[in-house]
Order: sequence, then C-alpha cells, then structure tokens
Amino acid sequence: MRTEPGGCCCRRPVRANDCVANGEVRNGYVRSSAATAAAAASQIHHVTQNGGLYKRPFNEGFEETPMLVAVLTYVGYGVLTLFGYLRDFLRHWRIEKCHHATEREEQKDFVSLYQDFENFYTRNLYMRIRDNWNRPICSVPGARVDIMERQSHDYNWSFKYTGNVIKDVINMGSYNYLGFARNTGPCQEAAAKVLEEYGVGVCSTRQEIGNLDKHEELEKLVASFLGVEAAMTYGMGFATNSMNIPALVSKGCLILSDELNHASLVLGARLSGATIRVFKHNNMQSLEKLLKDAIVYGQPRTRRPWKKILILVEGIYSMEGSIVRLPEVIALKKKYKAYLYLDEAHSIGALGPTGRGVVDYFGLDPEDVDIMMGTFTKSFGASGGYIGGKKELIDYLRTHSHSAVYATSPSPPVVEQIVTSMKCIMGQDGTTLGKECIQQLAENVRYFRRRLKNMGFIIYGNEDSPVVPLMLYMPAKIGAFGREMLKRNIGVVVVGFPATPIIESRARFCLSAAHTKEMLDTALKEIDEVGDLLHLKYSRHRSVPLLDRPFDETTYEETED
Amino acid sequence: MATVAEQWVLVEMVQALYEAPAYHLILEGILILWIIRLLFSKTYKLQERSDLTVKEKEELIEEWQPEPLVPPVSKDHPALNYNIVSGPPSHNIVVNGKECINFASFNFLGLLDNPRLKAAALASLKKCGVGTCGPRGFYGTFDVHLDLEDRLAKFMKTEEAIIYSYGFATIASAIPAYSKRGDIVFVDKAACFAIQKGLQASRSDIKLFNHNDMDDLQRLLKEQEIEDQKNPRKARVTRRFIVVEGLYMNTGTICPLPELVKLKYRYKARIFLEESLSFGVLGEHGRGVTEHFGIDIDDIDLISANMENSLASIGGFCCGRSFVIDHQRLSGQGYCFSASLPPLLAAAAIEALNIMEENPALGLWSQWNKQKRNWRKLRPQSAGWPRPCCFSLGPGGLSPRNTQTDLSHCTVSHRGPAGTRQGVTRWCGYRLSI
Repeated sequence: MRTEPGGCCCRRPVRANDCVANGEVRNGYVRSSAATAAAAASQIHHVTQNGGLYKRPFNEGFEETPMLVAVLTYVGYGVLTLFGYLRDFLRHWRIEKCHHATEREEQKDFVSLYQDFENFYTRNLYMRIRDNWNRPICSVPGARVDIMERQSHDYNWSFKYTGNVIKDVINMGSYNYLGFARNTGPCQEAAAKVLEEYGVGVCSTRQEIGNLDKHEELEKLVASFLGVEAAMTYGMGFATNSMNIPALVSKGCLILSDELNHASLVLGARLSGATIRVFKHNNMQSLEKLLKDAIVYGQPRTRRPWKKILILVEGIYSMEGSIVRLPEVIALKKKYKAYLYLDEAHSIGALGPTGRGVVDYFGLDPEDVDIMMGTFTKSFGASGGYIGGKKELIDYLRTHSHSAVYATSPSPPVVEQIVTSMKCIMGQDGTTLGKECIQQLAENVRYFRRRLKNMGFIIYGNEDSPVVPLMLYMPAKIGAFGREMLKRNIGVVVVGFPATPIIESRARFCLSAAHTKEMLDTALKEIDEVGDLLHLKYSRHRSVPLLDRPFDETTYEETED
Repeated sequence: MATVAEQWVLVEMVQALYEAPAYHLILEGILILWIIRLLFSKTYKLQERSDLTVKEKEELIEEWQPEPLVPPVSKDHPALNYNIVSGPPSHNIVVNGKECINFASFNFLGLLDNPRLKAAALASLKKCGVGTCGPRGFYGTFDVHLDLEDRLAKFMKTEEAIIYSYGFATIASAIPAYSKRGDIVFVDKAACFAIQKGLQASRSDIKLFNHNDMDDLQRLLKEQEIEDQKNPRKARVTRRFIVVEGLYMNTGTICPLPELVKLKYRYKARIFLEESLSFGVLGEHGRGVTEHFGIDIDDIDLISANMENSLASIGGFCCGRSFVIDHQRLSGQGYCFSASLPPLLAAAAIEALNIMEENPALGLWSQWNKQKRNWRKLRPQSAGWPRPCCFSLGPGGLSPRNTQTDLSHCTVSHRGPAGTRQGVTRWCGYRLSI
C-alpha cells in the first residue's frame, strides 16, 4: 500500500468493499495489512506505518481536474466577470433598473456600509443562480420533502410564492443520515409528551436556573454513548465550537487546524487568541512537520516552548466527503504529546458499525481523543452540540465555558428527541431499529457511490462517507444541475465559490437510511440523464462494474496471506 | 581581418589606459581588488545559530512537556454543581427537590407555560418533526421561518427581519458581518458578553465609553473627527458604529436613545441596538426602547434581540431595513453555517407574538405601573421576604434593575398567606437576579 501526499490513498480492488460490512473485518485484511506494512515500512520511516494502524482499507480519492475542464471553467468565470462589469456599469448609469436595496436618503453621506467590490460576486454571479438555494420546504425533511414553489420575474432579485407545493421531492440535500427526521414514531411522541410537560423555552442559562433534569439525563446518556467519562451539551452546534475552544486554549498555545475545517472551528480558534497554523487537508506528513517544528523551535521570536498544542480535525469533511485519518492522527498526537479535538458533526451516528462515529469506524479507543465534539443536528434529527471527554475536562467546561454562563440551555422537547433517538441507536429502546438504520445507511452509501462512479462522474471523498460530492466545475452547470434535478423531482444541494475553491464547484448528495433502494435508483437514473445532458461525466478512470468481473480466486490469494 | 580588428581594439585600449587620468585608474584598481576580495571571502548566514541536528531535535521533542489540557477545578467551585430543576421552569419551580418561586428566569411576560404556545409548538411538531437537518441555504428554510420573519418585521415596523437559531449567536454574528478590520466601533463599557464576542470576531478598533455617559461618547466621537480631518482618505472608507443595548444586562439601566440618535447624525455613525432584555418589556406594545422613547425605527440601523426572554422560545432575530439585513443572509456566520431554528420553536415564537399583539397590556411596563402599588402594599407584610430595594431611578425613568443583594437565597420556600404569595407570583415575570 502506498500513500501519496496529496491525500489519494491506497486503491484496492473494488471487490474489497464487500467484505467490510458493518465492522466485520475478515482476518485476511488484518494479515494483509501487516504483510504490506513491512514493505511499506522501508519506504515510510516515520511513526505512522499506515498498514499497521488501519484495520480496514481506507479508500479515498480525489481525481484530478481534467485540464480542458479547468481551462473552460476559468474562461466561464472570466466571461461572467466581464458581463458583471458591464451590468454594474449599466446599473450605475441607470440604463438598467437597479433591483437591490439602497441606503436611506438621510444617510447617504455616511461612509458606505458595503464595499462595492465585496458584493460584486453576490450581485453578478450568485444572483443569477440564487433559486438553487434557500428553497423553502413545508414538510418534515425526511427522505421525501415538499418544496414550496416560487417564481421570479426579475431574474432572481425577488421571489413570489405561487402557492403550489412540489410534493414528494426526493430529498438528497438534508443531513438526515439515520432517518430520524420524522413527524411520527416514538421520538416524536416522546418529544410531544415532554413539550406538554415542560413547555418550549427555558429562559435561563445552565449556570442559573436553566439546568433541567432532562439536561442531566441527556449528558449521562451522551457520555455512555460515546464511551467517555462525561459529556456536556449546548444549544447550538456552531456555538459549541466557537465558545469552547477559547475556554480550552489561549494566547501562548498553538492550534494546528486542517485546511478545510468548518467556519465554527476557525472562528473558535480565532477567538481564543492562540496561534493558528494550517496543515494540508488530511495530510499527515504536513501535520507531522508542523508538530516537529513547533516543538523544536517553540513560539516565534521569543522561542519559548508552547503551552499546549491542540490539533483540530473533523470526522467527515462535509464539502469533500473525506474521512480524517484518525489512527495516524492519534499516533502523531501520542508521539508529540499534543491534544486532539475531533469535531464529529457529520460522522456521529453515520459511521461505524454501532454508529458511534469515526472512532468506532476505525475501531479505536475513545479515550485517545481528548475532546470529542459533535452535533445533534445531523444524525439525531434535533439541534445542539456536545463535548465529551474526561471528567476533569467536562468539570472545567461546566465552570468556564462561555455557553454555560451566558447562553440559554437547550429546549426540553429537543433534548427529548435526542434522548429517544440516541437510545434507539444504542438499542436501549428494545428494538433493532437503530442497528437496521446504520446498516441501511452503510449499504446505501456503498451502492450509491459505486453506481455514480461507474456512470463516469468524478466523485470525491472516502468510499464510506455518506456525503457524496459530484464535481460540476463550470459555473453555469451549477445552476443547470440544480434546476434540472428539481424539474425531475429530486432536490439536491449545489455548492460553489466561496464554500469551495473557485473551479471546484460541486453537487453534494447526503444519503440517508430513510432512502429506499427504489428512491436511490430513481435518483441515479435522473442523475445519469442530467449528466448526459450537461456533459458531466468527466471521469477518466472507469472501474469495471462489479457484476462484470468474474470471481477471481487469485485476487483472494494475494490478499489472504 | 578579425585579428587586425582585434589588434586594433587592443591598441585603442592601451592608448586609453595611457590617456586616462590617474585618479580614474586608481579608483578602478581599488574596485577590482574589492571585487576579488568579495569573491573569495567566506559566505555568512544571517542566523546566529546553526541548524539543529536530528538527534537534538528528537531530544527536544522528548523533553517538551505540555501543560495539562485543563487546569484542575476545585470541588468547591461555586459554578461546578448546577441547580437541578425538575419539571417545567415556570413561576413555581422545583429546584434541587425544593419547591420555590421563580425569581431567576428571564420569563418577563410569563409565557413559558402558556398553553397556546404549547399547542402551537405541538402542531408544528406533528407536521415537521423536531430538527431541520440543514442550514437555511440547504433545505432548512421552513414556511414557519419565513412566517416568523414576516411577523417580526411587521411587529417591529421594519422592512425585514432575519432569524438565528441561538440567542447568543445573533449579535455575535451580526456585528462581524458589517464591521471589519479597520472600522471603528464605539461601545458601552457595560456591554454584554455576546456583544464583546462579536466585537472580538470583527477585529475592528474598539473604543469604550463610560456606561450611559453621552458626554464621554461625544468626546470620543470628537476625537475621531479630528483624526479624520488629518487623514480624510482613510476616513472615507472607515465605517463607524455605535453599539448599545436597550436594557443593559449587567446594570439594568436603559440607554439614552434620543441623545444617541442625535450623535449618530452629527458624527455619521450607525447605531446597532441590542434589545434582548427590552424587547417585549419596554414600550407601550412591547416594541422595545424605540417605542419607549418614541423614536422612528428607521433611525436605528440594526436592532438585534433574542427570543429567549419575552417570547419564551429559543433563538434570536435582527430587524431593520432590507438594505442592512439582507447582507446577513450571506455573511452572518451563525446564519449561513449553522442549522436553522427547529420549527416548533419558531411556531411557539409566532404564537407568543400573537399573544403580545392581542394584549398590549401584557407589556412589562404597563404591568409595572399597575403593580407598583401592590408591591408597596406587600412590603409591610413581607417581614420574611427579601428587601425589594431593586427598583431605582435610572436615566430612562423607572426601570426594573438587577440587584446583587438579598435575593441570593431567592429560593423562597416558606409560604406566606395565600394573598401575598399570589401577589408575588404575579411579579415573577420580573428578573431580580442573584
């Protein structure tokens, strides 16, 4: 096995995936890893010998952008920019009607609130395809959703609701990994009961009079779910990061943050006042170099040793669909005595044979991760965030976290939804519903990704991640893809600059355990059609479809020793 | 022919050498010698210290000991063990097993256990489930959210409103969306923590003025004006903001809004008003401090409030003109990068707004005026009750003021006569904090 620095990883035969279903790792794999590790060891002399650390194959790929496509994308943006300048010029000279809001007359001599250039992109590029975002829905965001129809007669500057509802659109955009976004069922009934009893709001902070018995119950449950000593919950996932990282590190500490970390992690790191250094996405060589340099050279200029080093990584990166190389990160962290902050916003509930996230997926010990953070929005169908770890950590956060002191505690029915769904996933409610959901999600992910790859699209990310980015590249195709899919009754999420690099716009599918095979097949058929229509099948590596490849005994013998 | 030409050039050169003045030759000779010296001298590095060997690096790595991740917290830390509330946190509350009267929540209008709110939230729960499973941009916008934004805008008589899913994040995301590095923000010294975090995230220049002291603020603004005249180019691109709260969380006083508006137009700074405590409390209809003072709402650029106090829900909102508010839809961090507000909470907030609009007399101000008499009547009987020294005259007139005195044992457990208990219970909407 060979690891390339760019993040492309060991490519194994397609068949390999079948064996690793829900954590049943066949003996062949562990042994094969050990054998190849010996070969790998001679090449890689640092601590993390990939072979020995990984109990299952780590298949992640980011196919390179084809040169022609990249050039055409830049040309596309160039043309759009030119037209943007032209339109701005026309608007300035009132040849074209100006639709956007303007400053008050009385305040015209104030310094202008926005710089013209800041909004250039918004006015001229985003506005054209704005109908692909902020689509209002009026039903539960499950596997199928009802979208309110809206029309625009002035090229997306304003929308009017026609009153019609596009019913039963297949929802491939909501973060509903385990299918707990439902308006019927045990979770909803329990939440309704608690709503009747406790009401909706709390009107106080945790440290004052807002700490309900429900919150204590939830925290104990979260701690037992994650396998840590204690946990603490907060009302908002974003705020969990932005308010707790400053409580943990301060000036004189070093934060090593992944290139593609979420805005909440970046904000929390900035607010803490610590020095931030960024390592290349999921690149362990880059991280190790930074760690070494930090310890050897100390703080810049004064050369004092750093007080603490904190590594910020996410479980699944939602724009790339990649999974963090956790075994290597933990090995590095142990060697260099750094602390690890793992943000499992997308991976909790969605990865791992028992749904306990990326730690479970790699079969590691939760005690190795110093701070396990996650959110309840994605897999639990509620809202809020949590932090889990050792008791000292949680005690410290209870006393010093900004959220506990200044922000309102979570709402009781939301807490009850989390409690019920978590018990369901753990199997404590007496059913096997949780386990089935996890298995269904894993199967859906494998199936969907394989079929898309076979069709010839460029798909980024890890083979097991439920976030599936499909590359579009060209700006016009962003709008076209979103609209065409909606016409065919499938709701997708398309993302462009600035959430992604300028030429790497993509469509992002979020799979769910609630998606049945029929829904996936329908979606795949439509994606195929739209892909042909818009010429999106850029991939140059076509892997042989599984069915066509005969069962070859020789491949098994290779891996089995 | 070449050789002849070469010879000819050589002859010319030698001739030039003879004809050149002496100082010229000497200078050139010195320069040539200098160049030769430089060419042969040793190169030197800027760094004093030479690179460490691999072994030394490894030793340094071995020796380095980080601080523990968190410092130990003593078991007697007052904030370590929270009070556990069993059951609903309404006027009568069970704290740590004891039944008490609730003087500690921000439940200003008493809507926390209102059955209409519960019914509205229940209906929304049955329709849409609990969570929204996505941010506003990606199928997380519900019809309830659009309704609530509409209603809030209409209630506050502004053009547009935007909702956040967490009260703290509202002002903390709004400020950095407008104020960037290089801009100047004049903020009151007693500003609440959320504002402080917003200012920190914005990286702007912060100028603090003494609490509610308009003269101090004017002094700072004048100084800035003088600075501007020195550098008009920079001044043309530096935005100015004044951030104040309607009712200050830390002191319980009301800000002097009329004077602030005058200062705004004179010194061309925009006002951001944080109305978390005053929304639903001040003003005839509960529209906040602008209604209280009778100021045109368009004079305030941005009003931010949270729905966790008077509206007894969760979340926050900003309202103002579309020109200002629309910008947050793409650059408010707490809006774009976070999941949207659960629809049941939004439905409860809409119902609370309905109740507020139907009974303007529910507003705290009118209640306060009515109950002032009752409270005074209550005092002689309340030998065992804490001293209500908490209401004092602030710059805006009478205001419910936070106190730090005798309410430290606000869990009043003994029962007075039924009349007094009821009278006090009606007061429980007021926050008399610890």
